[in-house]
Amino acid sequence: MQPFQYQQPADAAGAVATVAATDGAVFLGGGTNLVDLMKLGVEAPGLLVDITHLPMDRIEPTPGGGLRIGAGVRNSDLAADPRVRAEYPVLAQALLAGASGQLRNMATVGGNLLQRTRCLYFQDVTKPCNKRRPGSGCPARTGDHRNLAILGGSGSCIATHPSDMAVALAALGAVVHVQGAGRPRTLELAELYRLPGDEPDRETTLSRGDLITAVELPPLGFARRSAYRKVRDRASYAFAVTSVAAALDVEDGLIRDVRLALGAVAPVPWRARRAEQAMLGRPATEETFRGAADAELAAAAPLRHNAFKVPLVSNVVTAVLAQLAGGVQPPSAPPARLRHDQADRPRGSQ
Amino acid sequence: MGLVRTTEPATSVVRLRVNGETHVLTLDNRTTLLDALRETIGLTGSKKGCDHGQCGACTVLVGGRRANSCLLFAVAMQDAEIRTVEGLAEPDGTLHPLQQAFVDRDALQCGYCTPGQICSAAGMLAEAAAGWPSAVSAVPGTDPSARGAGPAAQGADPAAQSAGPAAQGAGPAILDAAEVRERMSGNLCRCGAYVNIVAAILDAAAATTDEGTG
Repeated sequence: MQPFQYQQPADAAGAVATVAATDGAVFLGGGTNLVDLMKLGVEAPGLLVDITHLPMDRIEPTPGGGLRIGAGVRNSDLAADPRVRAEYPVLAQALLAGASGQLRNMATVGGNLLQRTRCLYFQDVTKPCNKRRPGSGCPARTGDHRNLAILGGSGSCIATHPSDMAVALAALGAVVHVQGAGRPRTLELAELYRLPGDEPDRETTLSRGDLITAVELPPLGFARRSAYRKVRDRASYAFAVTSVAAALDVEDGLIRDVRLALGAVAPVPWRARRAEQAMLGRPATEETFRGAADAELAAAAPLRHNAFKVPLVSNVVTAVLAQLAGGVQPPSAPPARLRHDQADRPRGSQ
Repeated sequence: MGLVRTTEPATSVVRLRVNGETHVLTLDNRTTLLDALRETIGLTGSKKGCDHGQCGACTVLVGGRRANSCLLFAVAMQDAEIRTVEGLAEPDGTLHPLQQAFVDRDALQCGYCTPGQICSAAGMLAEAAAGWPSAVSAVPGTDPSARGAGPAAQGADPAAQSAGPAAQGAGPAILDAAEVRERMSGNLCRCGAYVNIVAAILDAAAATTDEGTG
């Protein structure tokens, strides 16, 4: 690991000014991804500006009936917040589906949004990677791409964004508060991320020194009926192979409003707007849900080893929406094999 | 304004509070909390497994919360209250209920993951007592109270739990084997001693409830 300086800024403005003015300076939040990348040699910052002591750790109601979540709020605190659990259950479920208890205690909301892809080639400095070393090539297209993108990728990069939380935030239409050199500004979550195109090293629209200070959830009454479902290679503590965040508003059997976002299938948390449009005003039936999923997937460009994600996404989207329509949430994540070992503990029926 | 290149040495004087004792150390900024504990202070109970936050062997309590000490830089831990496995037992040597339960249940084979398992479980039981949900309990219709299962952590009120997700957080989470497995998934055991680890943690959770202590 390269040597680095360490600073604790007095306030957000100082943090922004320091990072903007210092070559190789980065913000340090929970560090769960950054520190790992430093060990791997993927990141080699010369200065860490520790922002965990700044007063960005509050979850507050907004005048309009939404929630403002400080960027320094830990993932575990956000998942446990009674307002989030009641009004935005998709967000609590997404957070709890991610990482481990230890990592959720450390990881911040801002850092979660800005975490890097877990593409094996990106994390291995001995391999080419257009994201890590622009122009060096992408071995993933002909190599290990089982868990890489089927939507939104480009010839130069098919990395996936690994966050669960961000998928729920995409579905909820979250707004990101940013403090930079100029006045504080806000942007839609979809405006935060860039698709790779020819510049996969540019992942966000943020400028040097820009600091995410908060994430705001707009009021969304029907998000009380929302859910996050994550498909992965083991029952817990694994990145998604595919995930779905959805909220559904049904009246008289017709879909009045719907939010849908997909995880682990694209370089960004993927708001499935085409699918949403295809569902509005239609009967809340499996046929509608399947058709909407397939409309979204019409643009899919799968490769040899990740083509399975196309039917998988279609199936999971259909299942989650059907269960929301039926007033029944998706079943619990642990598969049956985890339920055999109840030892001598009494268990009731579910 | 041009970019500034910092020139100060990449070392820091750090005041660490570990198991109630204060250590003032001069450390390379690259030193993780785990390496500071093991190599500088000499507390080798916390183990280095993967060194990438994937195995949980390095788990310690920071401000009462479990965390992977291999992903924390010691320089950022100034004045934080850190508790390691060496700080769990009573001063007279009486084992922490989790330590005793691991002994009683034979919840280990090689023992390398055990300090991390125990520190993680200590943090996890506090989280459950505070009513924190998990991926098992956060999905409506699947929380253990609805299944009528398991010992409650610290005087749980099952009625508050069964009132649905909106009411969760008002009382402790109820733990059963599925809950413990999910909440402990950040701690790997390559010997595969999970069956007895889960049993030991459920024993400690029940004992804690019976005694009404934290």
